[in-house]
Amino acid sequence: MAVAAGRPTGVTEPENPLTAGLERLPVAPTTLVIFGATGDLARRKLLPALYNLAHEGALPERFHLIGVSRKEKAHEDYRAECEEAIRRFSRRTPDEAVLKALLENVKYVPGTFDEDSVYTRLSELLEEFEQQAGEPLNRAFYLSTAPGFFPVIVGELGKCDLATHEGAEVRLIIEKPFGTTLAEARELNRSVLAIFDETQIFRIDHYLGKETVQNMMAFRFANGMFEPLWNRNFIDSVQITAAEDLGIGSRADYYDNAGALRDLIQNHMLQLLCHVAMEPPVSFTAEEVRNEKVKVLQAIPQPLLEQIPEMAVRAQYLAGHAGGEDAPGYLDEEGVPPDSNTETYAALRLEVDNWRWAGVPFYLRTGKRLARKVTEIAVTLKPVPHLAFSQDGSLGVQPNQLVLTLQPNEGVSLRLGAKIPGTRMIIRPVNMEFLYGTAFLSQSPEAYERLITDAMRGDATLFTRNDEVEAQWLICDPIVAAWEQTPGPLPTYQAGSQGPQEAERLLRGDDRWRAI
Amino acid sequence: MAVSDAVWSEQGTTPDAIEAALRRLLIERHAEDDNYVPARVLNMIVFVDREWTGEIANRLRGVGRYHASRLVVLAYEPRRTSLDARVMIASEDEPAPGQLALLRETVVVDLGDRHLDDLTTIADPLVVTDLPTLLWSPHGHHDVVAALLALSQSVLLDSVDEPVAREALERASSLAERVYVVDLAWLRSTPWRERVAAAFDPAPLRRELSTLSSVTVRHHPESTVAAMLMVGWLASRLGWSPSPLVASGGALVGSAEAGRSSTGAQDVALRLEAAPELLVRGLEGVTLETAGGRRLRLNRGRGGLRAHSSGGGAQEREWTIPGASRGESGVLGEGIRQALLRDPTYIPALTAAHAMAQ
Repeated sequence: MAVAAGRPTGVTEPENPLTAGLERLPVAPTTLVIFGATGDLARRKLLPALYNLAHEGALPERFHLIGVSRKEKAHEDYRAECEEAIRRFSRRTPDEAVLKALLENVKYVPGTFDEDSVYTRLSELLEEFEQQAGEPLNRAFYLSTAPGFFPVIVGELGKCDLATHEGAEVRLIIEKPFGTTLAEARELNRSVLAIFDETQIFRIDHYLGKETVQNMMAFRFANGMFEPLWNRNFIDSVQITAAEDLGIGSRADYYDNAGALRDLIQNHMLQLLCHVAMEPPVSFTAEEVRNEKVKVLQAIPQPLLEQIPEMAVRAQYLAGHAGGEDAPGYLDEEGVPPDSNTETYAALRLEVDNWRWAGVPFYLRTGKRLARKVTEIAVTLKPVPHLAFSQDGSLGVQPNQLVLTLQPNEGVSLRLGAKIPGTRMIIRPVNMEFLYGTAFLSQSPEAYERLITDAMRGDATLFTRNDEVEAQWLICDPIVAAWEQTPGPLPTYQAGSQGPQEAERLLRGDDRWRAI
Repeated sequence: MAVSDAVWSEQGTTPDAIEAALRRLLIERHAEDDNYVPARVLNMIVFVDREWTGEIANRLRGVGRYHASRLVVLAYEPRRTSLDARVMIASEDEPAPGQLALLRETVVVDLGDRHLDDLTTIADPLVVTDLPTLLWSPHGHHDVVAALLALSQSVLLDSVDEPVAREALERASSLAERVYVVDLAWLRSTPWRERVAAAFDPAPLRRELSTLSSVTVRHHPESTVAAMLMVGWLASRLGWSPSPLVASGGALVGSAEAGRSSTGAQDVALRLEAAPELLVRGLEGVTLETAGGRRLRLNRGRGGLRAHSSGGGAQEREWTIPGASRGESGVLGEGIRQALLRDPTYIPALTAAHAMAQ
């Protein structure tokens, strides 16, 4: 697609015949601008990701990085900070020559995000790079800042004519959270879409950049054996778990304002649900995939206030034992107010009211300081209609369960009934396991490596569209509101345990939470 | 370095005994700690002259994570009469709670002339059924390769090993008719192909691909084939018909006919130059020129490729495109990884290169 003033024109360019067969597709020459360039995300994830892309020769032919942050410092000082972050957090030991080549193209602009002078200086640097290159370069603005700055930065980019660029693409990359309520999300979308076109916006949910999540699509849509079973006729329930054994660490400031529901369920876990429940897209283009995901979200009824106690549970961890050590309770964690009502555990039972899934409960749970770190999706099939073996003591017979583990050991396991060796027909469940780690030579790239490359290439498949964000909030917002209106104390669970007893009430019929 | 090893060896052994030892060692490892799991990705059969086994082992050690999950080394010593074998099962990681420790298996079989007629029956029981098998014979032995092809889905070769370029290309073409060929000479050109594709990807430059008027490739003196494959790739992707190259002033020169609808037939000048200063196999530089006078030159540099553009009404510019050198072990590792993939552009490039080498 040709580009004028930063937006697609609809004129089709001839294909590049040289890209056929290449594993690494070209990325257009780009200047990446990171707002919040000295923050934790930039240091721990973005800069190491950029180094690894450089190491592999995967950056654009011409690539420049501009860091923008409040602190006053010289270009050289910022380069030194980049170098330190890369050395400390990169997944591979840096090659000195590559690191030097990358850092040569790094500049820094100091200032607060609402200062016009910052954007004037930014414009000058962008122009300078283009002068050097002799051609317009794509521009990608990465907002790695607190969400409160998003509208400010976007407004300034619009005001300073930086949202479009003649002859090149301009893209905006936004980190979650996309608002903390539905109203905030809508307001954020409104303010961003007033300046940028949706096709220019790349909302990062880094979960979608993980190989494991992308593998779910391969699992469902490249293997014909599952599709005939993948519906309400054969599936009894779906359970999605994102459990962590650790506490909140030093993130009290963020976490106590967010809580488990906003931190994981509203974004990552609903995205996982979409991957489980979506219809096969016509093609794996950004729009087709996102169209199918948003249909799933729209099929989940918005909870009514009176339904919430029946379909949502929250809790807070108490002191206990985790990993063989004493673990403090949430209220004793550093930086947490002693009267905090923030949930560290959240569980929901959702329904997807469409032809494929009507009546199948989707259980979602997440929590800190649980027994173990695990992220998995368990699909439980309906039991066989008649069990001929039960009279022979086969009490262990259980419905088939397909478990997709995303971490720590990515794989697929299928629970089957098998005969115990011996003279009687006694059945017990066994697992047939496949572990991705045993079957591939390659090391998975970090999620941010994939996402930064995709954003620079303009491929939005792994990014969240505005209607997805709003649909996710439509589901979670009533629960957030109800919980905020309900005074504490919250139900509790011991650190290192399976979670609160109260979560049991969400389960229907014979359903059981899987052991974490 | 492996942190866990299990070893078995036997002189005067049989394939069945070796296979049984492999199974037993795996069971023992798993019983020791169930976080030990065998990798199941790729079999690799390597047929080597026994005196060079150590050198090949060193090369394979350098491939890191691209090590085949089961490596079967057939070490050939003409006068050997007994079949001797060593089996090693190793993990690079200590098993930790909740973490897998992958096991990789290596089988070294010492054999002699008397075993060559039955080579397939020796190797067959030693590969994991249903896994793809990659065959590599770095010291030639074309007859052995022919015998073992029945067990293999892909063959690894390095066309720059053959002293005569034409013979190297013929050998690769002949193998490619029967099996998937992973040619290290081709993989040496991958970063160059990626960068040339990227350089001409922006829409205005993409249009100029049809106006390319000359291609010069500088290469290690022993890597003429890699240079031919690079030019062959351009020719096959852009629809050129190359003619045989001839020696001229220390270089190979020739031309390709580019059928261009707007301008009619027009030749592209081709030139392959040896770069004696280059100490590693592969390419040293690629220069492309268009009819409009635009010139793009890519050269090896520190920390990546050094790009230089000039002409076509544009100002002269020079810059670095970051990227780490893979080294010979990286190229070999990439070759092993490629055994699990399929590159549809190699055969057309090989065919075009073959036309230049007639």
